[in-house]
Amino acid sequence: MALPTRSRRRLRPSAPLPIVILASAGAAFFIIPLLGLLLRTPWTSAWQQLGSVEVLAALRLSLLASLSATAIALTLGVPLAWTFARLTFPGRSVLRALTVLPMVLPPVVGGVALLLAFGRRGLVGGWLATTFGVHLPFTTAGAIIAETFVAMPFLVITVEAGLRSMDTRFEDAARTLGASRWTVLWRVTLPLVRPSLIAGAVLCWARALGEFGATITFAGNFPGRTQTMPLAVYLALESNPDAAIVLSLVLLGVSLAVLIGLRDRWLGQL
Amino acid sequence: MTLEARVGAGVGAFEIEVELAVAAGELVAVLGPNGAGKTSLLRALAGLLPLRTGCVMLDGIVLEDPAAGIRVPSERRPIGLVFQEYLLFPHLSVRENVAFGLRARGMARAVALGEADRWLERVGLSGEGDRKPASLSGGQAQRVALARVLALNPALLLLDEPMAALDASTRVDFRRDLRRHLESFRGVRLLVTHDPVEAMAMADRLVVIEHGRVLQSGTPADVTQHPRSRYVADLVGVNLFRGRASQNVITLADGGSLTAAGAADGDVFAVVHPRTVALYRTRPDGTPRNVWEGRAVDLDLEGDRVRVRLSGLPPIVAEVTPAAVRDLGLDRGDQVWVAVKATEVSVYPA
Repeated sequence: MALPTRSRRRLRPSAPLPIVILASAGAAFFIIPLLGLLLRTPWTSAWQQLGSVEVLAALRLSLLASLSATAIALTLGVPLAWTFARLTFPGRSVLRALTVLPMVLPPVVGGVALLLAFGRRGLVGGWLATTFGVHLPFTTAGAIIAETFVAMPFLVITVEAGLRSMDTRFEDAARTLGASRWTVLWRVTLPLVRPSLIAGAVLCWARALGEFGATITFAGNFPGRTQTMPLAVYLALESNPDAAIVLSLVLLGVSLAVLIGLRDRWLGQL
Repeated sequence: MTLEARVGAGVGAFEIEVELAVAAGELVAVLGPNGAGKTSLLRALAGLLPLRTGCVMLDGIVLEDPAAGIRVPSERRPIGLVFQEYLLFPHLSVRENVAFGLRARGMARAVALGEADRWLERVGLSGEGDRKPASLSGGQAQRVALARVLALNPALLLLDEPMAALDASTRVDFRRDLRRHLESFRGVRLLVTHDPVEAMAMADRLVVIEHGRVLQSGTPADVTQHPRSRYVADLVGVNLFRGRASQNVITLADGGSLTAAGAADGDVFAVVHPRTVALYRTRPDGTPRNVWEGRAVDLDLEGDRVRVRLSGLPPIVAEVTPAAVRDLGLDRGDQVWVAVKATEVSVYPA
């Protein structure tokens, strides 16, 4: 019958031509670079490129630094998120704004700020060097600090949102059952916000893995010590484009994995 | 074991001011409409809502007294609180939920889990320990919540609308079981509910609160026979009037008057049961001492009776048979004569 097709056609909204053209251009803008990367990948020598000493070193360093940054962010960021979600104190909103500032701050500026704080003549850097003999700039530890600085806000705001949306009466129930505040936190609060903890940690890790600006500014670009994958990609583009492409592909794979892993949380329909 | 409490607490602008004494072995139900402050009262007793004024004393031990700077935190009060929405920890198994409080109080894991299994058996859920709370029915979940609290042997058991979230058929079963568990419980028991049937069925004594204040307290029979608030009168389904009695004539506060037999002078409540209210098309000429004109505002069929809400001085509800409505040709908006015998007006001091 004609009726079903007619009604189906009516359901499908027809778009004005300019919208179709602009939307297609917009989509192409995202697809073409990815296509370029995939088409130019030297598939035959990819494994060989991945196995080269510099690439392996960058890969190892990137994993070490980003995972360490995530661990630090969890250790410091979860208490911070809890503080923002559960306590009211003067200056909380200002403090909160400052901790999420790195999300919008140009990473290079973050790197400069870190230098001024932890550099040899920095605010606490000098004291760290003379008291503990710790030098952060241009070391692996420095790269970790730079990545933490940029990535931790993602964890803080994700976990804070989770804590805010949680039903706090579960905590009330736990307390009336005799659980101390510490027990409530470990056995009730954190397990209940586990999805937020995981999502926050993954987002934080992905951001740390891709960190470039703050790392190169604060930690420099020393192969095997502070040259993480993004730095290696940037440098390899001049000397060994094939290696740059393979490294980029690895980072692209990681990003895709994160996106798919979190799709239920962030992108319902993907 | 006794609970003595004077609770002055508030959430924002909402204040409660409730005085309460519950003896051991007594089951007191706090009855009130939604938003009366019942849950706030329980939260205050449990230490989840700080007192502004007053004092909470259990077995002679002060749990909270803001004036003296005393405040025992929730986790150190010998209390058990059962919530309307169960609040079982969703990430723990049923057994771990029951063991939670025992573990928090320092019992070894294996011992606590064993104890939890015994309690699950007692509430009729043996063998269900490995399930997750999300897979339980409402009745099962509330049984687990009850076991979780009873396992701690609290001195004060607080039940916050424990049956409100259950469906009607589950509620009957659960109420029977709850009553059995409450009977064998030695501590002080306090039940909060907005369901009068639940309150009457379970409690030795009712405390009616509204707007954060106690309106009335007494045995269920006393409260239902002598309502002192519109809320209770509506629950019981009677007409409640308030006024000043003088020589058997009560001048009502909201206009009109009633003649009663043997009323003491002074401020009084007067109760008229709807089924004793008679309706006539024309002014009746007979013995009833109270006769006035009203207008039928509303007719509701309830069971085999029709409740007729009448405007007039005073407004009143009459309960008549459907046949009487038909014979009278009564409909909404009709003018009728209302008659109540003086002996049917029950009067007690306000």
